[in-house]
Amino acid sequence: MIDKLIRIILVLVALIMIASIAAADTLKMAVTTSFHNSGLSDVLLPEIAKETGLEVQLIVVGTGQAIRLGEAGDVDALLVHSRKAEDAFVNGGFGTHRREIMYNDFVLVGPSDDPAGIAGAETATAALTALAGAKAPFASRGDDSGTHKKERALWEAANISDEMRTPDWYNEAGAGMGATLNTAAGLAAYVLTDRASWLNFGNKQSLALLFWGDPVLFNQYAFLPVSPTKHPHVKHDLALKLEGWLTSPRAAELINGYTLNGEPLFTFNAR
Amino acid sequence: MAEIWQGITAAFWLIVTFDADLYEIAARSLLVTCSAVALAALIGLPLGAWLAVSRYRLRRLVIALLNALMGLPPVVVGLVVYLLLSRSGPFGVMGLLFTPWAMIIAQVVILTPLIASIAHQSIRDLWAEYHDLLISLHTTRSQRIKTLLWDSRRALLTAALAGFGRGIGEVGAIMIVGGNIDHVTRVMTTAIALETSKGDFALAIGLGFVLIGLAVAVNLALHMLSGTEVRDRW
Repeated sequence: MIDKLIRIILVLVALIMIASIAAADTLKMAVTTSFHNSGLSDVLLPEIAKETGLEVQLIVVGTGQAIRLGEAGDVDALLVHSRKAEDAFVNGGFGTHRREIMYNDFVLVGPSDDPAGIAGAETATAALTALAGAKAPFASRGDDSGTHKKERALWEAANISDEMRTPDWYNEAGAGMGATLNTAAGLAAYVLTDRASWLNFGNKQSLALLFWGDPVLFNQYAFLPVSPTKHPHVKHDLALKLEGWLTSPRAAELINGYTLNGEPLFTFNAR
Repeated sequence: MAEIWQGITAAFWLIVTFDADLYEIAARSLLVTCSAVALAALIGLPLGAWLAVSRYRLRRLVIALLNALMGLPPVVVGLVVYLLLSRSGPFGVMGLLFTPWAMIIAQVVILTPLIASIAHQSIRDLWAEYHDLLISLHTTRSQRIKTLLWDSRRALLTAALAGFGRGIGEVGAIMIVGGNIDHVTRVMTTAIALETSKGDFALAIGLGFVLIGLAVAVNLALHMLSGTEVRDRW
């Protein structure tokens, strides 16, 4: 019996070894949940593999955790969307540089009958002030992701402090974009999301797109290779090769051409 | 509610159309959890037996601790294994993070106390029965452990199956150390979490039904192999 067990284990171990000998050029990239939930990665990755031979393995996490993974050297590159955290990452010597790739925008989504009346608001600040005034249920990411950082900056700009956002209406989900949208759908709550995740989300229930278009809701995605000086094992050359592709005319064509229900989700703006 | 029926239909079509992605992640789930159960059994069964036949200081405390570890929170195990395997951690140079190996290591940590504890319970009772016989035969301790392990093999199968049950449905630890990378570390549970986050509940439920079916199939297969529960016999 023990012999048999050992033999089974050896076979399993051999199988895993075979499985983990991946294609020669694999690269690990931490990306934000919004990039992945939008479905764009499913379009880009096969093309990247076809044209450059790179197999990009995505670790889908919030921007906060993505930056941590980069600092620890557990991934070779990041694709995230929080300017302040990105600059801190590069200034700390963890990344070699920051390259802008594309943008979309943040939008405010909420119950379609819009009890707080934000649909007609002039600015994002006015919309948030209306939300706080009505104490309308609001679902926050609460996970220190790029979207969460943006949301907190918007509250700050509207002069609504942490203390004023009380738990009787302000719910911190502490989860990714999709999970937070599920929470919002369940509570019929307002939520800040990037447009791509919203368009690709399958459980909208009573939620509708209510507010967008204020320039402060601009959402820039940037690519950051992890520094090979800090972490000699990272595949910096592959990261640069990927950056080359992501900023190429072919990438521009695919990113701008990615639509859902006829709506474009991202705009390419690499220089 | 409608999602549950859609889920059953989705599960049915995924299976009968031999959906390649489904079979791939189901195979990976089995591979990771079966390897983890095998390794955890290799450690846990002798450990449980040794703890049952030996008499040592603080025995009650050790056993209570072992039983408490059955409830180890997977998320915490995942985080600790992540910190150990991270490039900035002590075993970072091995490059195991975000591979199936990391998932197996995390599950071994979760499953070993469970298997050892159940093994200890059943072997302790058997040891009470066999004690005088084995002592009078002048057996060595390792002979006693071997005899007890062999004679309680049915109960130990239950221990291994309990371990399998906990491992196959676990998501907290493997999500952190595996990273849910498509075609590399994506398994049934992390795929279900992903589809849920996309709001595609029908597919998530469908995968859930496939996972439950998988667990039933594995249990049934093991019971058939070991020849237990034949209709007319005890």
